[in-house]
Amino acid sequence: MANPDASTEAPAAPRSERSPEPSPERSYVGRAMEREEDLRLLRGRGRFADDIGAPPRTVHAAILRSPHAHATIEAIETDEARKRPGVHAVITGEDIKAISDPFLVVLRAPLHQWSLAVDKVRYVGEPVAVVLADDRYLAEDALDAIVVSYSELPVVVDLEAAAEDGAPLVHEAAGTNLVSERDFTYGDPETAFAEADHRFSLTTRFPRHSYMPIECFVVVAQYHEEDGSYDVLSNFQGPYSTHPVMSRSLRVPGARLRLRTPRDSGGSFGIKQAVFPHIVLMSLAARIVGRPVKWIEDRYEHLLAANSCPGRVTTIEAAVQADGKITALKYDQLEDYGAYLRAPMPGPLYRMQGAMTGAYDIANLAVTNKMVMTNMMPAGLVRGFGGPQLYLALERMTHRIAEELGMDHLDVIRKNLIPAGVFPYKAAAGSLLDSGDYPKAIEIATGEGRLEDLRRRREEARAAGKLYGIGFAAAVEPGMSNMGYISNLLTAEERERAGHKNGAVSLAMVNVDPLGTVSVTADTMPQGQGHETTLAQIVADQLGLTPQDIAVNLEHDTQKDQWSIAAGNYSCRFSPGTAVATHQAAVQVREKLATIAAKNLNVLPEDLDFAGGRIFARGNPDNSVAFGRAAGVTHWAPAELPEGLKAGLRETASWTPPELEAPTPGDQINTSLTYGFMFDMCGVEVDPVTAQVRIDRYVTIHDSGTLLNPLIAKGQYLGSFAQGVGTALHEEYVYGEDGSFQTGTFADYIVPTVNEVPEPEILHMESPSPFTPLGAKGLGEGNCMTTPVCIANAVADALGVKDVQIPLTPKRLHALMAEAPEIAPPARPESAAAPTPAVAGGRGVSGTGSLEIAAPPQKVWEALLDPEVLRAVIPGCHELEATAENQYRAQVTLGVGPVRGRFDARVSLADLEPPSAATLSGGIAGPLGQASGGGRVRLSAAGEGTRIDYDYTVDVSGKAAAVGARMMKSAADIVIAQFFRRLGGKLGGGPATAGAPTESLWRRLLRALGIGR
Amino acid sequence: MKPVNFDYYRPDTVDEALDLLAEHGEDARVIAGGQSLMALLNLRLAAPRALIDIAHLAELSYCRDSATHMVIGAAVTQAQLLAQPGLADAVPLLAQALPHVGHFQTRNRGTVCGSLAHGDPSSELPLCLATLEGAVVLRSKRGERVLKASDFQTGLLATAREPDELVVAARYPLKRPGAGYAFAEVARRHGDFAIVSLAAVAENGTLRLGVGGVADRPAARTWQVAPGEAPDDQLGDALNEFAWALGGEDDIHASARYRRDIVRKLGRTVLEEAATCAS
Repeated sequence: MANPDASTEAPAAPRSERSPEPSPERSYVGRAMEREEDLRLLRGRGRFADDIGAPPRTVHAAILRSPHAHATIEAIETDEARKRPGVHAVITGEDIKAISDPFLVVLRAPLHQWSLAVDKVRYVGEPVAVVLADDRYLAEDALDAIVVSYSELPVVVDLEAAAEDGAPLVHEAAGTNLVSERDFTYGDPETAFAEADHRFSLTTRFPRHSYMPIECFVVVAQYHEEDGSYDVLSNFQGPYSTHPVMSRSLRVPGARLRLRTPRDSGGSFGIKQAVFPHIVLMSLAARIVGRPVKWIEDRYEHLLAANSCPGRVTTIEAAVQADGKITALKYDQLEDYGAYLRAPMPGPLYRMQGAMTGAYDIANLAVTNKMVMTNMMPAGLVRGFGGPQLYLALERMTHRIAEELGMDHLDVIRKNLIPAGVFPYKAAAGSLLDSGDYPKAIEIATGEGRLEDLRRRREEARAAGKLYGIGFAAAVEPGMSNMGYISNLLTAEERERAGHKNGAVSLAMVNVDPLGTVSVTADTMPQGQGHETTLAQIVADQLGLTPQDIAVNLEHDTQKDQWSIAAGNYSCRFSPGTAVATHQAAVQVREKLATIAAKNLNVLPEDLDFAGGRIFARGNPDNSVAFGRAAGVTHWAPAELPEGLKAGLRETASWTPPELEAPTPGDQINTSLTYGFMFDMCGVEVDPVTAQVRIDRYVTIHDSGTLLNPLIAKGQYLGSFAQGVGTALHEEYVYGEDGSFQTGTFADYIVPTVNEVPEPEILHMESPSPFTPLGAKGLGEGNCMTTPVCIANAVADALGVKDVQIPLTPKRLHALMAEAPEIAPPARPESAAAPTPAVAGGRGVSGTGSLEIAAPPQKVWEALLDPEVLRAVIPGCHELEATAENQYRAQVTLGVGPVRGRFDARVSLADLEPPSAATLSGGIAGPLGQASGGGRVRLSAAGEGTRIDYDYTVDVSGKAAAVGARMMKSAADIVIAQFFRRLGGKLGGGPATAGAPTESLWRRLLRALGIGR
Repeated sequence: MKPVNFDYYRPDTVDEALDLLAEHGEDARVIAGGQSLMALLNLRLAAPRALIDIAHLAELSYCRDSATHMVIGAAVTQAQLLAQPGLADAVPLLAQALPHVGHFQTRNRGTVCGSLAHGDPSSELPLCLATLEGAVVLRSKRGERVLKASDFQTGLLATAREPDELVVAARYPLKRPGAGYAFAEVARRHGDFAIVSLAAVAENGTLRLGVGGVADRPAARTWQVAPGEAPDDQLGDALNEFAWALGGEDDIHASARYRRDIVRKLGRTVLEEAATCAS
């Protein structure tokens, strides 16, 4: 602890007078206690969703997913699949459309989404059909037998292109992809910009990515025909505002959708909210098949289609005085929600709205929020939730201002920080920043020689010719969202009509049984954050017991447990929300017990203390009663209770802070209850050859208010740092221009491991929140927000470049660093074609090839038009039929090495120039994915024989593209070359006389010169 | 991610394994550690009708030096080879490359010969074999044959193994007196598939460089270095030639230019390192 004194400072405006505080010496809150949960987790005794036995007669589901980013579904043939062994049902969009409604969306726009694709698919991976079978193996076998006929549509994946007029429409009925645009003005930004000494502008692009839970989605769904209700076990994480979305889609009242969550969760980071469409899908499947249904998402499905953060393009402008003081900011934010707008989207665009000025004192602000639909997987919750996107723009801007003005970046930050002593501070857009001393936090972080050390390291590294840079970032971290923030999507008039939304309800229950044993339930679904431990600490403090005395059960059941729409584990709501409700329920129990004990001990309730399992008079500890005995009165002898007390001892507390008000008519909104402060600084070195980034030093200070359990807080900081490193350097969902998904395995979706994540130096300071009785703030997302931009700033500093794009991959940095032009290939002959141009941006693969065949051009030409010859030379061809002149349909088995699959192929020849050229085009489709493409084939006489030159371009989508991006080019080369070699073999009576099939003319020349392989 | 049905065979001897291969041929795949094959099966990218498991065959669990080679049986895991006493003296390149092969956990199951038989263009062990000019021993009921590395791997995931043949051993040439060896790899993370991997041998007036991860199989080139001549310029030209000749492609992790730059720059580094180690 850099500042051990801070934790003992009194809150600025304590609300704690309502809470009898136990004396500090026996307080468990604030202690770095090891997690109770670890005992079972480390021994392999966790009880996760998949560990809980499924009911008898359960069938297992497998989902057929779209290989296309955008296509009309012409037909789905399921008969063959239904006949497969062990198959109970095959369900398509038409089946579920008949018994369910589209999911509710926040916009009044026709963006209909059912739990299976209906009529159209809009992203690669979209569920198209479900097979229910005796086990998952049989279900997957049957998937391969479903044949879907698609008619492909134009695709849009670039969010800026999607927002333009004339872009392919993801939802035709909406008439546009730009489904929402709202302008907000706070203060007088126009005047500030007009009067500013400087105006700066920059654009940041936040990539699509996710954070990877170890455990994927799990749903076990049952339908009870007798009362038309659904009963679901799932590792859902909330928010429970999603529950009405599910029950409405299922066409049942909320109470008829019983949703249970298990005790343990294998991580979420926001992602487990996105299980909800699958909860609905499996519920409907259970109803259709008349049996319980179990579905376990596999990793391929998870990467392909579970969840992504929205991508965002932000143009930020700053009005700046000559001394570096920012007088106004303008944001233009374009956010991509993918193919469907899923509740609670567009959360990330509005969650930070009140705090768009970050940790800075800036009075004038203009914000434009735009939402766009694209042919990518629907966006959802990802840890950070709008914060990383905001700070990437804001902290890149403070860095830019420093560069432009020739100032130190840290000085620009300091110049603009909200000063100490002004809290609670009302930010321009409405956030009520609760407490803190930002300049002091920075002083601590940079103190004790840390900043000097960083600067010295940079100086020494640069002197040695290395690429070393320093980055900074400052931010406020929101805790517990105002449920009203999303209503800022509507205009003030629309909000008036729709009714106000605000607040954030937390509920918890403390129960004391007849022997005085205490148990706790609450509205949180922990995913590894140690909530059981922390709640036990809180309750133990109030009741004078130890945490081990408290049984905390956080399995949740919507039919039996307390919950409200804000329930769940998200937006850092635990410390400012559920923890408070639990504290208050414990206080209620304590007050009731104090009233009972006061009567027995003949003292006033307020003169009683609770400790060591006893309740005693503060001035005379011998005048006491055992905790269990006092509690027992409520069960054993209700008639002896003091007047006004009800029998039994089970207290439920509800907490909603008054500070979370609805948006004002001027759109000001206090988006969150608590605002922690973070400041990061780091030093990085970029390898001049490999363009890889090494984090040399990383320092991060957090002021998260009172820490309920510093050990658990440290775990949160470390975890968010590791994921922040992932965002900065590694993690990105990559789509081709054709909408193909290219990061379907962990070989291509790069999650940093312990090798890539250094241990940061974590510093603390504690400014208790005056708005929460425990003084604690939300702290779970922290470095996800600051680390990406801190590292980006450092890399920009190291390379001396203006713009950098995260993730800062070797490929991107190399492109920035590479000296131009590249060293030319040696001895390049004038006439030689350039080497096969590599295709940029992942739009399929292309290549060229040539070979010579010992037959004259006319004979080769005739062979190309002869179905019998085609049947013989198309690799792996089982059967071939002519569907029209020069058009064929074939069944083929294609593969590379052990990888092999059966495909339905269509081939056509067009633009015929007998006997010298034709365009060959076609497509293949099968369980491994689909490909379409074409190219020109040219024949020319070469001595007695024929020289064939061909080029091709192929777009590959579906599984092959998702998991084999690394090998796609070579695989396409092999398969296409096979065709021509077999043609040569057929005509020449022997193997073709060319070299390696993939060679371009250029490569052939290299070989001829003896320098090729 | 559940494999298609297959028959699982667990022969007790190499001869039994060869009988099974003769019987099932192309419909069978040999499995040892399964670190590449299981992923293909689970993704249904491969669906052999039979798996023939050789991991437990004691006959293939050996590692011994001949006069010129270290002979590594097909049941030897990468971890066992890495733990082989004296590996760094016997085959220094393997000792340097093995820590880059996957992770501690995958090396515990993955075998040396399995990596060769799989033929991933980014794999380190085929690169070492190609650079050292080692060989692969194949056996079938028809007999045994030995293929040079350059004859064994024929392309992407493709080898010259006939469907009834079993890779029974790999032969890695032993360190030759006075030779120096070096290895380097660029990957997104430690243990990932290499974007580019480089293996170098300096010996007796020659420099040999092997490159993995760029072409569809490992490629190696040898250059003569005239004694007393400053090799700088020629080396630069030779590396540039090689970089272009490899014909790398763009993919999501690296551009073709990036790969060429790595070959040009890191190629020089590993060659110099190998030359420094050479005495």
